[in-house]
Amino acid sequence: MIGVIDYGLGNVHAFLSLYEDEGVPARTVTSMSDLDACEALILPGVGAFDSAMDRLESSGLRESLDYAVLKRSTPVLGVCVGFQMMCNSSEEGVKPGLGWLDATVRRFDPAAVAGMLPHMGWNDVQAGSASLLLSGITSPSFYFLHSYHVDVADSTVIAARSHYGVDFVAAVEQRNLFATQFHPEKSHEWGRRVLLNFAQIAHA
Amino acid sequence: MLRPRLIPVLLLRGGALVKTVRFADARYVGDPLNAVRILNEKEVDELAILDIDASVHGRTPDLGLIRELAAECRMPVSYAGGVTNVETFQALIGLGVEKVGLSSAALERPQLIRECATVVGSQSVMYVADSRRNGSTHEIYSHNGLRASGQDVATMAKIAEDMGAGEVLINSIDRDGTRSGYDFDLISAVRAAVQIPISALGGAGSLEDVRELYSRFGLIGAAAGSMFVYHGKFNAVLINYPSRAKRREAFGEL
Repeated sequence: MIGVIDYGLGNVHAFLSLYEDEGVPARTVTSMSDLDACEALILPGVGAFDSAMDRLESSGLRESLDYAVLKRSTPVLGVCVGFQMMCNSSEEGVKPGLGWLDATVRRFDPAAVAGMLPHMGWNDVQAGSASLLLSGITSPSFYFLHSYHVDVADSTVIAARSHYGVDFVAAVEQRNLFATQFHPEKSHEWGRRVLLNFAQIAHA
Repeated sequence: MLRPRLIPVLLLRGGALVKTVRFADARYVGDPLNAVRILNEKEVDELAILDIDASVHGRTPDLGLIRELAAECRMPVSYAGGVTNVETFQALIGLGVEKVGLSSAALERPQLIRECATVVGSQSVMYVADSRRNGSTHEIYSHNGLRASGQDVATMAKIAEDMGAGEVLINSIDRDGTRSGYDFDLISAVRAAVQIPISALGGAGSLEDVRELYSRFGLIGAAAGSMFVYHGKFNAVLINYPSRAKRREAFGEL
């Protein structure tokens, strides 16, 4: 069972309907007991960092999530702001992140992109050969919608890169932590494959 | 490399899909759910849904319908029409809409843009500028083209950007439904005024019009209604969208 964390900001329905179409059991997670039933989790995200962290805290799920991810090593996939929340902090806000990933979220340098932010649209992603999330996916493009990107302390966790003015991290994989800056639930066939790859990881 | 977007736009009126010419003569073109399913299958870049009636009749967005439509989409969806407060804005984001547009309400109270951006982030806030030419100036109209604002489009776009909008959708009332080409003068005025992403709507009749838009403006959203809803000289309703191969052929390896 894949649990999609519903803390009020994120495209929960898109993940659920995609998995439903594929016959992969998935459900929303709004309480601690929902969490226990899940072999893997998805932390979606649309929105501003502080606002997202606030909502996650208010959901009452923070402690159980930390336990599941850090102690039980439940595989978790962070998407967009969900990915950013997994980091230590973000330049977008003042609140601390979950700190699961040793990383900082930084604003794109406007000068590098003629001031055009957010990064909005379909962009190419280059995956490392060892990437599990992008396994079997050739020359993908995904939909991005963000003005901030993740700066990891350890580059060996980088699973995929993209480019917008600068090279930036498109996906990470570190033990049970998985994350994408792009929206797999909104990237047609390529995105569907990423989510199916995650389902495989979950059931491995 | 980031590619410019090609965006079908569906107009809703009373829950049905319509097409207009210069924001008038709304013609029924079908069921929105069916259209969305087809466009999803054709793997469109992103989809914009505009409710043209909501602000005119003081109605709020039809959340039930929007939820259904968004659920069909494996690509981003934008929605605009009748959004007047942060709660509704947030509710729409919660339904699976990636970007919500503010138009008439933002004109009346630009601060609303900032309030929405603070909660959901600038990337999800779109300012929709419906524009009519007034001699050599471009004027914002609100309430589905019924009310002249006396406000210049480029100036209002800049205000929206300053308030935290992440995108401006420039909608030419004069070109709407005419398939006479995009209004490059209008688009240039807005492009010069803001740095955030912009999209243009109104006048596209062919992929050639889109190609010209891309060649003039580089990274820009090319939005269109008629082009993706009609086919042939008798305007038969046929939801259509070029394949990736066709787009490569028309625009080159972008």
